[in-house]
Amino acid sequence: MSAPFIWILLPLIVGGSSLVITRERLATIVGGATSIILAGAALIIPIDEALSFGSFSLKISSSIQIFGRNLTLDSTEAPLLAILFGVAALWFLGAESIGVARRLTPLGLIIIGLLVASVAVQPFLYAALLIELSVLVAVPLLSPPDQTPSRGVIHFLIYQTLGMPFILIAGWLSAGVDASPGDLALTIQSTTMLGLGFAFLLAVFPLYNWIPLLMEESSPYIVGFLLWLLPTVTSILSMSFLDRYAWLRTSAEVTGALRVAGLLMVVTGGVWMAFQRHLGRMMAFAAVAETGFILLALSLDPALGLPIIFLLLIPRGLGLGVWALSLSVFDLNIESIRFPSVRGMARAYPLAAAGLILSALSTAGFPLLAGFPPRLALWNSLAQQSLGTAFWLLVGILGLSAGAIRMLAVLVMADEKTAWASKESWAQRGMLGVGMIGLFILGLFPQAANPILDKLPLMFQHLGH
Amino acid sequence: MLIAVVSWTVVAALLITSSGLILNRDWRWEIGFLAAQYAGVFWLVFQHWPLGMAAAKLVGGWMAAASLGMTLLNLPQQPEPIEKYWTQGRTFYLFMIGMATLLAVATAPLIESILPGIGIPVVVGAILLIAMGLLQLGTTTQVLRVILGLLTTLSGFEILYAAMEGSSLVAALLVVVNLGLGLVGAYLLTISAEEKTA
Repeated sequence: MSAPFIWILLPLIVGGSSLVITRERLATIVGGATSIILAGAALIIPIDEALSFGSFSLKISSSIQIFGRNLTLDSTEAPLLAILFGVAALWFLGAESIGVARRLTPLGLIIIGLLVASVAVQPFLYAALLIELSVLVAVPLLSPPDQTPSRGVIHFLIYQTLGMPFILIAGWLSAGVDASPGDLALTIQSTTMLGLGFAFLLAVFPLYNWIPLLMEESSPYIVGFLLWLLPTVTSILSMSFLDRYAWLRTSAEVTGALRVAGLLMVVTGGVWMAFQRHLGRMMAFAAVAETGFILLALSLDPALGLPIIFLLLIPRGLGLGVWALSLSVFDLNIESIRFPSVRGMARAYPLAAAGLILSALSTAGFPLLAGFPPRLALWNSLAQQSLGTAFWLLVGILGLSAGAIRMLAVLVMADEKTAWASKESWAQRGMLGVGMIGLFILGLFPQAANPILDKLPLMFQHLGH
Repeated sequence: MLIAVVSWTVVAALLITSSGLILNRDWRWEIGFLAAQYAGVFWLVFQHWPLGMAAAKLVGGWMAAASLGMTLLNLPQQPEPIEKYWTQGRTFYLFMIGMATLLAVATAPLIESILPGIGIPVVVGAILLIAMGLLQLGTTTQVLRVILGLLTTLSGFEILYAAMEGSSLVAALLVVVNLGLGLVGAYLLTISAEEKTA
């Protein structure tokens, strides 16, 4: 038995097998249970250490070999696996309440399996190929058989596919720079390739036009799932590059480029969100800003930035999950999720409205909510290095806050005589309730996640030490 | 010498196939051009990879072309929609193809200096396909043309990457990516047609 078999092949097998499931409830149970078991196993089962049960002994080896290359998941990667599968479990469990479990469970498990393989593959730059495969699997998820492929899906496919060649070539050039660090031309070529590759994969400004398009045209829940998962794993890949190549880690130009890209994403995401009149597009720009926060944290000294990046991971997954679920409740029950249609809907769907507002406020870093501790830490660290950067971060956060307040205003703008009701189903209420409580718990007790987050930097040989 | 002559002939053939993919409006010709293009890609990749690995690329590409062809064969015939935002004039496309060819020829020596020993015909073929693919992607939103553009761009990249990396895992994954793009294209074409006929 090996770790890649458990956390890569097993989700692929279960995902593939669950394509034949026709019942929403069963798909939810399969997806949720598989993810919970795999998250629990990542926390409990030691990798590369003998596990004894009386006279019976079991050892989970860390690698398997495919085509002469290794897929390795060692004990330092276990916390990341626990987070990925743990947050995925919440997404799978929420899928039934809005009727997308039969689509999300099989393809979602396959995507997670491929993305975990991208974390495990050695050399790490082959990860770009596995991320591309997961993008291909995501296309049928975004474009169901009863829906014409939208422009957003086409743009998503083009941009994500174009990212892969740049990353692969950058990996090859980076090895050359490592061998001859004085070669300025090669360094510039490598950095440019790397920058373009990650700009496509992380949808860095101005390459994010597919995100609002998708949020308008596809299921918000499914787009939300991909907006959580893909940038999270791509960020890990970007950290692997920084960890592997000393010249990248120590380059002031790379740090500067990351900071400018991050600020552009936070500011444009925040300001655009403030001016939207479509709830889906608002979430899209908030997701853009979320990626910007990760890039800003990457631009910090690793000792400061790495813990902030990991602190951002769980609130990001939870916040986007609650937001996407709330949005899907409106999307299912109301003609349109534009402002005129959702006006006053807080009286008919109070929990979904609360979910939308709380997750938007959490993204804006509102105190007491999950997004607050990482944003405070990020802001503090940036302010120590550059007050200008901290100011522009404030502009982005003000944009996000303005968007959240506009959303609140529109949702509660009902006629006084309108009666209060709760039209959400019990399953929707349950999942939204759990999600919102989670947002408060992570906001009030951010240290609750420390046992997992503390060990995450050990994944990286140089960044984490 | 003979290999160089064959390689330049293949580059010329790639110019014809990639131009054909942009200019032609009949899907049968497009699939034919794509299949022929993979034969050219095979030859240029074969300059750096063993026969077996290069052949895997050829077979993978042909399978992608076949999946698109089989899908289109079973779909009702519909006139190609007119692009809203781009000119349809052949003169424009011919001009752009000329620019792409010029770009490939002009940048080849520079890339050859970064990758010594790769061979000028290989670089010209690769850059030509990348430029033609991007030209295709930049001027359309139709599913078939987008997939053909992506496959063409990736083919160009794969020719270049074959000179850098000889790993079997990479070769296998790139074949799967090509095949996956073909299948995704087939899926998207099917659901587009179902929506139109509904």
